[in-house]
Formats: sequence, structure tokens, C-alpha cells
Amino acid sequence: MAVTILVPTALRSFTERKSEITVEGATAGEAIKALAEAYPDLKVHLYQEDSGEPGELRSFINVFVEETNIKNLQGLDTPVAAGGTIMLVPAIAGGV
Amino acid sequence: MISLGPGERAALGREGERAYPNECCGVLLGGIDDSGGKAVESLLPINNKGAPEEQYHRFAITSEDYLAAEKEARRQNRDILGFYHSHPDHPAVPSAFDKDNALPFYSYVIVSVENGKAGVIRSWELTADRGEFKEEEILWR
Repeated sequence: MAVTILVPTALRSFTERKSEITVEGATAGEAIKALAEAYPDLKVHLYQEDSGEPGELRSFINVFVEETNIKNLQGLDTPVAAGGTIMLVPAIAGGV
Repeated sequence: MISLGPGERAALGREGERAYPNECCGVLLGGIDDSGGKAVESLLPINNKGAPEEQYHRFAITSEDYLAAEKEARRQNRDILGFYHSHPDHPAVPSAFDKDNALPFYSYVIVSVENGKAGVIRSWELTADRGEFKEEEILWR
């Protein structure tokens, strides 16, 4: 089923400047994997380097399905309805 | 290149000094010109969500904060250009921890605060391959 992924500004240089990408996937994880396969340069920014594929997402990449963080749902197994929306939302951290 | 006005310069210093000896943090809002140059037009301070006992050397902006900042950016008809934070008693140079948690495109503005007094302000961008931070020229308007 087709779902739409909203891409944050920082990652649009890897998606031909597109802010919305439609992919196939029944869960958040499937949809994000399809996105990464369509735009391979995204992988290094989405997935932890040592996690293999499909792998774990980097800790600062948060995924919202219909405005709810998947951490509060079923993680990457969270189902997405046909026509649904997934948002990739960075969390920002740093320091000395 | 990123441009900042006198108001933003003063606000960065004020925020860094207010948070000292902890780190301050916030979002840079503004516009992008046709050549990719960023013009910061306002700062959006964010309460540091890092663990209280770690805030002397860490900052965190949650994804919920990011979403709220994006809404505010849209309200102001601006974009999120990057983020700022302070380095208390440390140079305005990104750490390995900064790099591991960064994304390309965004500007990471760091203000050094020595003994409670704001000093050097520098800006950095992560390369597209995540290999390194490169210093970004600041144009002071």
C-alpha cells in the first residue's frame, strides 16, 4: 500500500529536493526501507552504521506515524494505513 | 555561508551566559537564497532537555521540540536553518559527540562561554558523507 513520507529539510538533498515521497509499505519500517532503497544516499543518515540492513535507525532519527512517535506505538513494526503519512523528525543533541 | 545580525549575536551571547555553567540550545530560523546561503532572521531558544546532571556538557532538542520549531518556522514563513548551542569553558569547536549527532545541511552555531562571559561564535556544517564538520563562514550583517 502506498504511504507518504515527509522528509526534513536536512535530508532533501538526498531525495532530489523532494519533501514528500510516496513509497510502498505496510509498516513504518517497510516504508522507510523502501525510501532508503529508492534513495541510497539516505542510508548513512538513517541507519546506524553497524546495524546491517534493514538495521536500526540512528538514535536521532525519530519516526512519527500520523503525528505519534512510533516509540510510543510498535516501533518500526507500527502499521501504516494506506494513504497514511510518516514523518521523519530529527532530534538534535551535542555538546563538549 | 550563514549571515547573522547584531540582534542574533547579542541573543547568542545572552543565552550562553544565562545558561552558564550549563549549555544553552536553540533553533536558527531564516531564509535560504538561490546560492544556498543562509540568512538567520530569528532565534528560537529551546529548554535544554539533556539530563540535568549532564547539561554542563550536553544539550538535547527533542523531536517534539523540533516539530514545534517547524510549526513556528512555518508561522513566521521561515525555514529551520540549523541549531545553536554553547560550550561552557570550551572552544567553539564541535566535539566528536556533536558530529555523531549531526545532520548535513544544518548550520551548527557554537558560542564559547569562558568563565560566564560569551566570546567566540563559530558555525559548522557536517559534510554529506558524515566524515567531518567543516567551518562555515559567518557574515555579520
